[in-house]
Amino acid sequence: MQRLALDAFADLGAFAIDGIGRLGRAALFFLRVLGASAAVLRRFRLVTVEMLSSGVRSVLIIVVSGIFVGMVLAVQGYEVLQRFGASESLGVLVALSLMRELGPVVTALLFAGRAGSAIAAEIGLMRATDQISAMEMMAVDPVARVVGPRFYGAVFSMPLLSAMFSVMGIVGAWLIGVRLIGIDDGAFWSQMQAAVDVRHDILNGLFKSLVFGVAAGFIAVFEGFHAVPTARGVSSATTRTVVVSSLTVLFLDFIMTAWMFRG
Amino acid sequence: MPASATEPLIDLKGVRFGHGSRTIFDGVDLSIRRGQVVALIGSSGVGKTTLLRLIGGQIRAQKGSVRVAGVNVGELDRKGLYALRRRMGMLFQQGALFTDLSVFENVAFPYRENTALPEALIRTLVLMKLQTVGLRGAAEVMPSELSGGMARRVALARAIALDPMLMMYDEPFTGLDPISVGMIGRLIRRINDAFGMTSIVVTHDLNESLLIADRVILLAEKRVYADLTPAELRSTDDPFVRQFVDGAFEGPVPFHYPAPPLVEDLYRAAPRS
Ligand SMILES: Nc1ncnc2c1ncn2[C@@H]1O[C@H](COP(=O)(O)OP(=O)(O)OP(=O)(O)O)[C@@H](O)[C@H]1O
Ligand SMILES: [Mg+2]
Repeated sequence: MQRLALDAFADLGAFAIDGIGRLGRAALFFLRVLGASAAVLRRFRLVTVEMLSSGVRSVLIIVVSGIFVGMVLAVQGYEVLQRFGASESLGVLVALSLMRELGPVVTALLFAGRAGSAIAAEIGLMRATDQISAMEMMAVDPVARVVGPRFYGAVFSMPLLSAMFSVMGIVGAWLIGVRLIGIDDGAFWSQMQAAVDVRHDILNGLFKSLVFGVAAGFIAVFEGFHAVPTARGVSSATTRTVVVSSLTVLFLDFIMTAWMFRG
Repeated sequence: MPASATEPLIDLKGVRFGHGSRTIFDGVDLSIRRGQVVALIGSSGVGKTTLLRLIGGQIRAQKGSVRVAGVNVGELDRKGLYALRRRMGMLFQQGALFTDLSVFENVAFPYRENTALPEALIRTLVLMKLQTVGLRGAAEVMPSELSGGMARRVALARAIALDPMLMMYDEPFTGLDPISVGMIGRLIRRINDAFGMTSIVVTHDLNESLLIADRVILLAEKRVYADLTPAELRSTDDPFVRQFVDGAFEGPVPFHYPAPPLVEDLYRAAPRS
C-alpha cells in the first residue's frame, strides 16, 4: 500500500520533471526560431509557399464551417432576440460574436486539425528519413529553411483565414436571417455597421488570431521537429499537435478576452 | 588553416563516445590521408554511422579529439561547423532526398542555399552532376518515382554538388543488385580520383571494398581493431578479421546484443506463483 503510494508520487514527479523539461526545450526552440527570423523573412518567397500550402489546405474547411456557424448563430440569435422585439439586431449579434470570438477561435482549432497536424507530420517524416540530418550536413540550417517558413506561414495565414471565417459567417447569418426569416435587409447591415468598432472588435479579433497563429504554428513545428524518428513517433507528434494546440488556443483565448474586455 | 599536403585530412585521437551508460567508442585512433578511399567495416551496431556523425560534427566526442583538415570539430560553433560542412559531403543510407523537390531541385539545393550563382549556371552545374551519375534524363522526376539505386545516385550527385574535399558514404551498397553495386562502387572511386577528394565508405560488402578501397578499417571492441590494405586483409590470419573476410557465422564476433544469460531471462519471464 505504502509502496503503491510512493510509486504514484514518483510517477507524478517524473511526469512533472518531464513536463518542465519539455517546456524548457520548447522555450529554447522558440528562441531559435525567432533567431532565424531575419533569414526567413529575407526569403519571403519560402513563407508565401507555406502560406499557400497551409492556407489553401484550410480554405475549404474554413469557408464551409464559417457559413454553417453563421447560420446556426442566426437561428439561435433570432430565437432569443425576437422575444425582446430586437430581431433587427441580429446582424450586430452575429458580427460581434464572430469577430471577437468565434472567428479567431474556431479558425485556430480548425487550422490546428488541418494544417498544424500536416506540418508536424511533414517535419517529423523529414526527420525520420534523415532529410533534416542531410540538410544539416549540407550546411543548411533546417530551422531557417524548414521550420521558420512553416511557422511564419501559419502566423500570417491565421488572421486571413479568421477574417474569411467571419465574413462567411456573416453571409450565412444573412442567408438565414434576411433571406429565409425575413428580417429587414437595411436594418441588418446598418445596425451592424453602427455597432462594430474597428479597434475594439476588428483589430482585437485580428490580434487574437495572430497570437493563435504563433501558438498553433509553433506547436506544430516543435512537435514535428522533435518527433521520435519512427512511424509511431511521427503519429504521436501529429496527435499531440492537435491536442496541445487546441488546449493552448482555448487557454490563450480566455486570458486575452479577460484582458481585452476588462471593466 | 594549416593544410599541408602531408598532414592527414582526418585525425582522431583517443576518441570516447557513448549513449547514456553505453560506451560505443573508447580510445579510437584513426588518421586518413588525403586522396584515399577508405572502407569502414564492422558488425552491425558497432558504431560505423556514429563515427561518420562524429566526423561530420553532428555529435561531439566526450573525450579525445576529432580533427578534419586540421580543425578540431568538437570545438567549432554552429557557424564554424557549417563552414566546414560546406566542404564535406555525406551520402545517407536511404538517400535522404527531399521528397517534395524534384531530382533537379534536389541537386540544385546546395547551390541555391550556399551560393549566389545565377540560375543559368546552376542549371549547367546540376545537369553536369546528374550526368556524372548517369541520371541527367531523370532531372524532372520526383524522388518517389525512383528506385532505391537511382535515389542513391541522385543523393550522390547532390552530395558532391559543392565539390567537397571529403565524402562519407553510409552503406551505399545495401539493398542494391550486383550490377548497381559495381556501378556505385566504380562511381565512388572515379569521383574520388577525378575531383581529388578523400572518401570514407561504410559497408558490409567486403568484396566491393576490396576492389575500390586503398585501406580497410575494421571497427570492433569499441576501437579501430584493424587497419589493413586489401592485400594484407586477404592474407591475414587474425581470427577476428578472418571471420569477416570469410563471412563465417561461428567465430569471435558475437551475434548477440549484450544480454544476461538466456536461462536467467526466461526464468524471470515465468509467472511467479
Ligand atoms: N540515439 C541513440 N540513442 C541510444 N543509442 C544509440 C542511438 N543511436 C545509436 N545508438 C546505439 O549506438 C550503437 C552504434 O550505432 P550505429 O548506428 O553507429 O551502428 P552502425 O555500426 O552504423 O550499425 P549498422 O551497421 O546496423 O548501421 C548501436 O548499438 C545503437 O544501439
Ligand atoms: Mg549504420
